[in-house]
Amino acid sequence: MMQVQAIVLGNDWVNRRYKHMSVYAPQVAGLCQAGQFFHIRCSDDVTPLLRRPMSIYRYEPERGEVHFLYHVKGQGTQWLAARKPGDAVDLFGPLGRGFWIRPGWRRILVLARGVGLATLAPVARMAQEQGIGTIAVLSARTAEDVLSKDEMERFGARVMVVLDEDGTSEVAAVERLVREVVERERVDALFTCGSRRLTRLLQRVARDTGLPGQVALEENMGCGLGMCFCCVRPFWRGGERVNLRVCADGPVFDLSEVLEA
Amino acid sequence: MSGIDMTVELGGLRLKNPVMPASGTFAEELTHVLDISRFGAVVTKSVTPEARLGNPGPRVAETAAGMINAVGIQSKGADAFLAHTVPFYRRFDVPLIASISAETADQFAALAAKLSVDGVAALEVNISCPNLEDDGRSFAMDPGQTARVLEKIRRVTDLPLFAKLTPNTGDIVAVALAAEQAGADAVVIANTILAMAIDVETRRPKVGNGMGGLSGPAIKPIIVRMVYQAARRLRVPIIGCGGICSAEDAIEYMLAGATAVQVGTYTFLQPAGMLDILAGMEAYALRHGVTRIRDLVGAVEWPTRREQVSTNSSDRLGGGGGIMACGV
Ligand SMILES: Cc1cc2nc3c(=O)[nH]c(=O)nc-3n(C[C@H](O)[C@H](O)[C@H](O)COP(=O)(O)OP(=O)(O)OC[C@H]3O[C@@H](n4cnc5c(N)ncnc54)[C@H](O)[C@@H]3O)c2cc1C
Ligand SMILES: Cc1cc2nc3c(=O)[nH]c(=O)nc-3n(C[C@H](O)[C@H](O)[C@H](O)COP(=O)(O)O)c2cc1C
Ligand code: FES
Repeated sequence: MMQVQAIVLGNDWVNRRYKHMSVYAPQVAGLCQAGQFFHIRCSDDVTPLLRRPMSIYRYEPERGEVHFLYHVKGQGTQWLAARKPGDAVDLFGPLGRGFWIRPGWRRILVLARGVGLATLAPVARMAQEQGIGTIAVLSARTAEDVLSKDEMERFGARVMVVLDEDGTSEVAAVERLVREVVERERVDALFTCGSRRLTRLLQRVARDTGLPGQVALEENMGCGLGMCFCCVRPFWRGGERVNLRVCADGPVFDLSEVLEA
Repeated sequence: MSGIDMTVELGGLRLKNPVMPASGTFAEELTHVLDISRFGAVVTKSVTPEARLGNPGPRVAETAAGMINAVGIQSKGADAFLAHTVPFYRRFDVPLIASISAETADQFAALAAKLSVDGVAALEVNISCPNLEDDGRSFAMDPGQTARVLEKIRRVTDLPLFAKLTPNTGDIVAVALAAEQAGADAVVIANTILAMAIDVETRRPKVGNGMGGLSGPAIKPIIVRMVYQAARRLRVPIIGCGGICSAEDAIEYMLAGATAVQVGTYTFLQPAGMLDILAGMEAYALRHGVTRIRDLVGAVEWPTRREQVSTNSSDRLGGGGGIMACGV
């Protein structure tokens, strides 16, 4: 992990709310793992004060590139959205503990929505590099909001889309779909993001099928490095309730340990 | 090396320079990012007698030029501190200041005795946390309570004692004097300012605990004022802490009367920021022909009476300064 001044290569809208930013940062591009994040300085001054955590959406070590897919939401991401090619952006990372793959797995299932669509995209790449197949269920409000589909397909994932606008993203329907896929495709592990609904859903499936699972969580951060204990959440570990730091002990956690998704 | 003498002395503890991290904003992780041996000292997160979970989340909310934290001291407890933290810092050529926190005066004394071990260079007493013997007000809100807890601690340890004061008091000078008289070798001014932020969409407080402590650049002018007020009355040195984000901020604290400074929130924005501050302070000294950094302590200059008369029809703000005029 290190602090670098990355150079913006591209920063374009992918739909009404999300932008895709690619930066040249050869010092860190080779260090990235799926599920890790960068803490990005989103101001030239003291407002907004704190850095913003952003998942690694894509990493291209050969080209020295790191990519982010972000929701333009408040002051910080608006500042980021205004960066133009050639501008510098201050990145600190890669930080945290990413997703992991166990030997012997052949197929994984990824269930993502919202920001999780960015966080989970590189999981398909990680899986493919280790000869593992990915089935991705991507959930969004409308067809326009589906992100990462091409990115995941680029790395061989089979993608299914569920939407609010046609009712297919409704919890019961998604749960039925996931259970069906898990059974039919002999899935070995489940992956999801911090969405409360999806995490609970996948926790139920994992419990009933005995499959291992991983979830990437989000929490407001101070340092991003494990020092300030601002980002803790309660987990169940080693038979007791413990407070763990999302930035340093995660952001990816074992699905069975998560208490409050 | 610039040849500038950066050393300062704090209650018998000699530091190679006046810059150190603030408690709760620094931990072992920073050793992966920079060489912490270059700091004047390191200060640990406050350790409590037993392990504590801290407050429920969210624990941080951003505000204009600041942040509110409601971590509530998550601590591994004193045994883990002695087993892991103290040995960890032995590897670095930098004095270790252990910050301690407890809920009663006797607990404070017992903890101070327990942590007075080889490898700990000084104790920083965080008396800004709720005092269970005084209805949850913090010790440092009151001169009497401050004196009571520090006297007890003074009796059980020979280590230099730094009292970390709270800005949430009506009379910082009285509290600082009480700490000095009770045996503190230095005072840290200050901890965070009690604050609150509400999300207007959900109508809920932005931190889980409802209220929390404000830190960052937003609080600097208030704490600089407190350092200045206390410096005029204290004999023991002051460590200034609050909102420092640059070498100029650190120098400002020294001019107001601080002998050393602590950097907190800024490390979150700039992990290696403390080293930039140090380099900037040397550059400032060079630029101003200052050969010993300690010569800046309390060196704020007041306009002469003649200058004031020409700019201010009232001469209430006499030379030497500091007479507070209401509404000016
Ligand atoms: C590990 C991690 C990875 C993330 N990856 C992505 C990503 O790839 N793409 C993306 O669009 N977003 C991601 N987020 C969420 C993103 O950090 C926030 O949306 C962003 O900080 C909002 O900043 P803002 O100034 O635009 O919004 P504001 O709403 O103005 O932010 C105000 C404050 O709230 C905090 N905050 C707001 N929303 C969140 C949130 N959901 N999680 C944590 N802190 C929040 C901000 O950091 C800031 O301190 C991630 C969060 C975490 C913790
Ligand atoms: C996240 C966080 C945790 C803190 N924890 C402690 C603590 O455990 N003990 C303590 O004495 N002060 C603690 N503080 C207060 C700081 O040490 C410092 O006094 C305060 O943040 C003001 O300095 P700053 O504006 O440079 O951050 C904490 C501050 C922050 C932001
Ligand atoms: S953000 Fe500081 S410990 Fe996680």
